[in-house]
Amino acid sequence: MLLALIIALGGTMFLQKAFTPKLALDLAGGTTVTLSPVTLNGAAPPEEILDRAVNIIRDRVNGTGLSDAEVAKSGDNIIISVPGAGQEEVIKLVGTTAELRFRQVLAMAATQTPQELATEAPKPGTSPSAAPSSTATSAPSAKPSSSARAPKPTASPTGKALSSALVAPSATPSASAPATAAPKAQETPKAQDTKKGQKDAKATPAPTPTSSGQPPAQDPNAGINTQGIDPAVLAQFNKLDCSDPKNRGKGVQDDPAKQFAACESDGSLKYVLDVAKVVGTDISSASAGVQQGSTQWLVQLDFKSSGASEWSKLTSTAFNSQEPRNKVAVVLDGVVITAPNIIGPIPGGRAEITGGFTQKTATELADQLKYGALPLKFNPSSIDTVSSTLGQDQLMGGLISGAIGLGLVVLYSLFYYRGLGIVAVLSLGIATVITYTAVVVLGHNAGFRLSLPHIIGLVVSIGITADSFIVYFERIRDEMKEGRRTLRAAVEVAWVRARRTILIADAVMFIAAIVLYLLAVGGVAGFAFAMGLTTLIDVVVVFLFTKPLIAMLAKLKFFAKGHPLSGLDSERMSQDLGNTGRTTTPQEA
Amino acid sequence: MGLGRRLYRGEIDVDFVGRWKLWYSLSGFLLIVSLAGLLINGLNLGVEFKGGSVFAFKAQTATIQQVRTSFLDEGVHQPIVQTAGDRWRVTTESLDTAAVTKVQNGIAKDFGVPVKDVDIQSIGASWGGEVSKKAWIGLGVFMLAIILYLSMAFEPKMALAAIVALIHDLVITAGVYAWSGFEVTPATLLGFLTILGYSLYDAVVVFDMIKEVTGKLGTTSKQTYSMAANNALNHTLIRSLNTSLVAILPVAAILFIGTTLLGAGTLKDLSLALFVGMIVGTYSSLCVATPLLVTLKEREPRYQAIARRLASTTGTKGGKGAKSAATAKG
Repeated sequence: MLLALIIALGGTMFLQKAFTPKLALDLAGGTTVTLSPVTLNGAAPPEEILDRAVNIIRDRVNGTGLSDAEVAKSGDNIIISVPGAGQEEVIKLVGTTAELRFRQVLAMAATQTPQELATEAPKPGTSPSAAPSSTATSAPSAKPSSSARAPKPTASPTGKALSSALVAPSATPSASAPATAAPKAQETPKAQDTKKGQKDAKATPAPTPTSSGQPPAQDPNAGINTQGIDPAVLAQFNKLDCSDPKNRGKGVQDDPAKQFAACESDGSLKYVLDVAKVVGTDISSASAGVQQGSTQWLVQLDFKSSGASEWSKLTSTAFNSQEPRNKVAVVLDGVVITAPNIIGPIPGGRAEITGGFTQKTATELADQLKYGALPLKFNPSSIDTVSSTLGQDQLMGGLISGAIGLGLVVLYSLFYYRGLGIVAVLSLGIATVITYTAVVVLGHNAGFRLSLPHIIGLVVSIGITADSFIVYFERIRDEMKEGRRTLRAAVEVAWVRARRTILIADAVMFIAAIVLYLLAVGGVAGFAFAMGLTTLIDVVVVFLFTKPLIAMLAKLKFFAKGHPLSGLDSERMSQDLGNTGRTTTPQEA
Repeated sequence: MGLGRRLYRGEIDVDFVGRWKLWYSLSGFLLIVSLAGLLINGLNLGVEFKGGSVFAFKAQTATIQQVRTSFLDEGVHQPIVQTAGDRWRVTTESLDTAAVTKVQNGIAKDFGVPVKDVDIQSIGASWGGEVSKKAWIGLGVFMLAIILYLSMAFEPKMALAAIVALIHDLVITAGVYAWSGFEVTPATLLGFLTILGYSLYDAVVVFDMIKEVTGKLGTTSKQTYSMAANNALNHTLIRSLNTSLVAILPVAAILFIGTTLLGAGTLKDLSLALFVGMIVGTYSSLCVATPLLVTLKEREPRYQAIARRLASTTGTKGGKGAKSAATAKG
């Protein structure tokens, strides 16, 4: 049976041609980030929501194409392991974790630092191709109005043409109107030549064609329609300096039920935003695609039914408002990602965002819209970057201490138990082989990663495994001391008694391992897993190898006659009844 | 015969149970000293509990002053520099990602270390609280599970004695940490929790034998519970010492490698806690758990009767038995 187990494990190993365990990041090098959920009252978040967050983060991590990255739940925490990556990359990856919100823009202004604007990535303008398709079943009511208004943005150079636009989706080849509008819109900014001019145009609140290219107003409140804006938020807005990265960082909090002053993610613009009418969880899917009949990249959005009606209301409110209130800002983590114009109410639960996307930016935005909807806020409570050199050192350290530990135990067993010691050494050897193959097979089939805590657990467990042999050997010696049994009988009687002790002691270790594993934080789970695994292996080895081996050896003359080197010599076995002060052995009591 | 030979042949007869006053006083003293240490010194909590950043790198030629200066230059306020061979470990206050990158680059420049070879660990301040909360829950759940299990496998009084010995081990180990100022990290807590399992392993071996031996005690028995327990203890003494020694050997190996080769880190923290805990655990399973069990059991009318009967016939049995019986009664 034991042989079958070893052959099964070893066979798997050979078949898969995998002879080394998979290493965890503390041994292989890489970055591990532990995210702890931040809840309002500090209570543990519901399991289901946590699972959803894990899936979202996993999608996000996988979406970046980092190879072998892993996202796992550990208690309330989410652990992200990325091999070979630095701290910065991983943090950036999981950094934007707040909930996504759609807020109507109430006011906006350019950040007054021209240098910063000049260094920004250009925001190419394109046509807000409304694409009023004749067969767009999802948005039939939008058809007439949007088709009528489609040219409007291009007609007025207020910046609408330069910013992106949110429209109802086009299902069929787009009409000729937007197709012709596109090149026109793109020519306009080129003619205007400076990016500064674009930004200013965008920031100018009044929708007058003449404002294009003019410097921004000096008085922050000038030109802003303050109607309906909370004065406190307005004051905040005026103070807000979007050139300071802190105001665009992760510390920014936004309450969906309140108005909010926010920065554009590149710091070029600042906004006063209305309460969030639609949030990230209202989105059912988002994807990047190429607009039909052109090469323009766009982002398609689908809303859930509850979100769809809110979305429809939000867009029609925005559509019926004056610039800049005709924009709806997409806010992620308190920062405006994009604030497209609404050029028509969008019923039907679908929408497209267009506006000079490249494949990369479109995919990025789609991912943010899709995965940005994390239902929880997380703090990175522990970030651990291990270089591959330290990893190797730790692995070596673990292996060397394992070898030394094993060596010491072997030496002690041989010294103390002599012939029986060989049984102990062989049993330890078998246990080591089983453990190794188990680790390899688990690594390649169950995603098991050997970490430093695992190695420590395994090394520490050498002691437990050896303890079982000691318990059994001592029992045999007890039986032999009574002097009335042959070795073969003693081996059997002692086994019955030792078995119980070994099982109880192993059960205690196993309970400890399970409790540690279930309540694990960080490396504890690995350690507990190793302890549990070796405890099981110990039971298997003692029952299927040590005991049969001893029973077999008991038939040998070397042991049965009590050779001095067998560990069962008569000097040790027959002493009790005569020459010492002790008159009772427990068996006689 | 020398002690080693007697040990080898299993011919020891130490009156562990009879000297319960000595053990109780010794343990009581150690417990008070430990608690005092915890109250006066407190535990030297690692960066994991306070929040902060740790940088680790290898530099052959650096001096402590150079490393300190390098960190101060990068805007770190309180660098704590530790070293083991050519391996450096610097603990700083909590830094954000940008500051971490800055320091990382600074180290790379000052000591000629490739940027990717600088190990970084950043820990939020709440992390330690979470770890210790889980540890306490783990401790509680484990103790309940063990009390239930041992109550079923043995009996409730044995479970109680084992748990008391366990708490005794944990407090004294914590006391050693408080007085020595060893750093307490999550790895140390892990070590503490593992002690639980080990501490019980010995106790289980001893109790199993005691149960077997005392199960045969009848009203006409020539032995009190104390005597029988003491016999069982002596009988398993070699076993306990062997199992403890064999368990400690690999831990000592990890401790040795962890300290000399790697300096501060998981290996050292964990094995140190295990090392201290196992030594205390071996002592307690012999000198605390069993005497305590005897104290509890001798109160039972059945064993009181045996003790009374044997006490009245003193002289026939001679020194040890009477002494055990008398002390156990007292």
